[in-house]
Amino acid sequence: MTMRFVDEFRDPELAAVLGREITALCEPGRHYKVMEVCGGHTHTIYRYGVQDHLPDDIELVHGPGCPVCVIPMGRVDDGIAIAEQDGVILTCFGDMMRVPGGNGSFLDANARGADIRMVYSPLDALRIARDNPGRQVVFYAIGFETTAPSTALTVLRAKKEGVSNFSVFCNHVTIIPAIKAILDSPDLRLDAFIGPGHVSTVIGCRPYEFIPRQHGKPLVCGGFEPLDLLQSVYMIMRQLAEGRAEVENQYTRVVAYDGNPVALKVLAEVFSLRPYFEWRGLGSISSSALQLSERYAEYDAELRYDVPGLRVADPKACQCGEVLKGVLKPWECKVFGTACTPETPIGTCMVSSEGACAAYYNYGRYAKQRLHLEIAT
Amino acid sequence: MTRQITEDQVGERIEAIRRRPQRFRDERVTMAHGAGGKASRALVEGLIVPLLDNPALAALSDAASIDVGQERLAFTTDAFVVRPISFPGGSIGELAVNGTINDLAVSGARPVALSAALILEEGLSAEVLSAQVEAMARAARTAGVPVVAGDTKVVERGKCDQMYIVTTGVGVVAPETQLAADRVRAGDKVLVSGTIGDHGVAIMLARGELDIEADVHSDTRSLWDLVREVLARCGTGVHCMRDATRGGVATVLNEIAMAAEVGVVIAEERVPLRPEVMGAGEILGIDPLYVANEGKLVAFVAPEHADAALAAMRATPAGEQAAIIGEVRDEPPGRVLGRTGFGGHRMIDMLVGDPLPRIC
Repeated sequence: MTMRFVDEFRDPELAAVLGREITALCEPGRHYKVMEVCGGHTHTIYRYGVQDHLPDDIELVHGPGCPVCVIPMGRVDDGIAIAEQDGVILTCFGDMMRVPGGNGSFLDANARGADIRMVYSPLDALRIARDNPGRQVVFYAIGFETTAPSTALTVLRAKKEGVSNFSVFCNHVTIIPAIKAILDSPDLRLDAFIGPGHVSTVIGCRPYEFIPRQHGKPLVCGGFEPLDLLQSVYMIMRQLAEGRAEVENQYTRVVAYDGNPVALKVLAEVFSLRPYFEWRGLGSISSSALQLSERYAEYDAELRYDVPGLRVADPKACQCGEVLKGVLKPWECKVFGTACTPETPIGTCMVSSEGACAAYYNYGRYAKQRLHLEIAT
Repeated sequence: MTRQITEDQVGERIEAIRRRPQRFRDERVTMAHGAGGKASRALVEGLIVPLLDNPALAALSDAASIDVGQERLAFTTDAFVVRPISFPGGSIGELAVNGTINDLAVSGARPVALSAALILEEGLSAEVLSAQVEAMARAARTAGVPVVAGDTKVVERGKCDQMYIVTTGVGVVAPETQLAADRVRAGDKVLVSGTIGDHGVAIMLARGELDIEADVHSDTRSLWDLVREVLARCGTGVHCMRDATRGGVATVLNEIAMAAEVGVVIAEERVPLRPEVMGAGEILGIDPLYVANEGKLVAFVAPEHADAALAAMRATPAGEQAAIIGEVRDEPPGRVLGRTGFGGHRMIDMLVGDPLPRIC
């Protein structure tokens, strides 16, 4: 079975060639740590076995760019509190349904009687609002700059159409402050970054320039097919071998260096920066998240509803923070795979298929062994 | 901070936990318990089986095996709550008949008769009802298995979604047939009887919530003719068969790997897949290996019989696109691994969570 425009980016022979070229660029005896910032990359790495084409001396470290994984427990509780009010339909992306809060997940809230529905797009939430004029429909918005424009466009459409029973509980976050927090972490041992391709389609590559300039580390914006990732690693290894540290763009078929001005304009119109926001595992980071701007305050669920807004401490055993920063590998966490599993997650990294722990648990546990997988016909 | 144990030790510990008897610890039933993955397993093995405790049930096969006099009977039941009740390629009536026939068929049993219980919502139109009963009749005629008993119940509006159907089936297993998970051994080949994921994707698209248009039809059909041909050609060379419904092919492979304490390795590029299903999966981030089928089985066959089994499948209309997708190994016991088309490999674990409720 072949599929045009997909198989071209999954060619095992090209991968083997790239793998050999990457190996040739490795300095003997040196161990390289490259962080892929985006959860989508983490998923691709495990889903396709990308690491199998890399030499053992290159370690891919999974970064904080999984939207679900950075949501703190208190915000989950806030969502449930809204959903439990009379007549409310809360809508969210499917990955959010199983994220544990202080008092269970959205799935548990549904079993207690709440009406929380999975949608594929905020526009679906707006449609539910139109179809249910007697009810209040709240979209539980999560994600980086990748998904924020679609939320913004939905708010604009709600306003244009005068849909007043729709609002947004905004958890949108921005990637640059998270990368800064990681770079400022004292136990950091990273050599380079693979930049988040989808976020970069919106913000472009320029915002990353401080990374090589101030921290001397290369960043390559990468795409999401397995060959994109290998090529990104290759570009990083070339920079390191040649003693360069620059921002480069591997994902040129999608990412413009200056981003998407239309999307940026919509973001600026609908959102403003929060002074600070609590990130799961990373703590409070200033100017790292978005809220609805004053002009669109009428669509802000945080103003429309009385939410507890309590900070709920992460479970003590949970080491999501260290995993998100790349200090610990998933399996090095004390509760990984024992108390914390995809079906009973303690930390958010274990929930989403983009979370470092869930990806490793579901796909990667045998990756190291390099089993002989040839199958005789 | 860092534990002084190795990655392999962590892996071993996880496997030990995975193999522990399941416990049902949730306070309430959630939609995840209906998804056919790990939560469903905890519900069945952790709550229901211990209470109804008996050996035929504890085998947890698609149909129970009961000896009556000289005859070995296969006995099974299944409930159908699919939404929407009609979709491209079929409807709840056909599913209810074919689904139970297939549970008998993959147990090696010639389906003899079915019963059907209809749970109907107040206000259901007679037109919809008769269309579904006609669909049941059509499927029963095609498969040559009569529906010989039944029941009807009506519940208040809103207490069920149009209609649910429960079917029960009985079949006869030939004395020479020996199908069981614990007969699967290293060296066996793994076959699937055709393209995977068609039913689940057809349902998903039929709900019309995704704005994706693709020509995907449910694969609902009886598998008995196919099973009969394979058994006739390969006899005891066929070690085990399962129909890959909820949870898809990946779930079946995991169940067998755990029950037989063997490793299963598949080559992803050999798994038959329609481009439309692959495309929908790409867009929705859903792995077709976990998507439900209603007319596909997975067979574990001794290597010397694998080609004959494949030829037998391909000679029947239900198995034209059958393929050998992998094989059974001694290592790693209880696990399923896939070689990816990209030349890497990955684990294929049990499904967690609920990508799509009420698929059948």
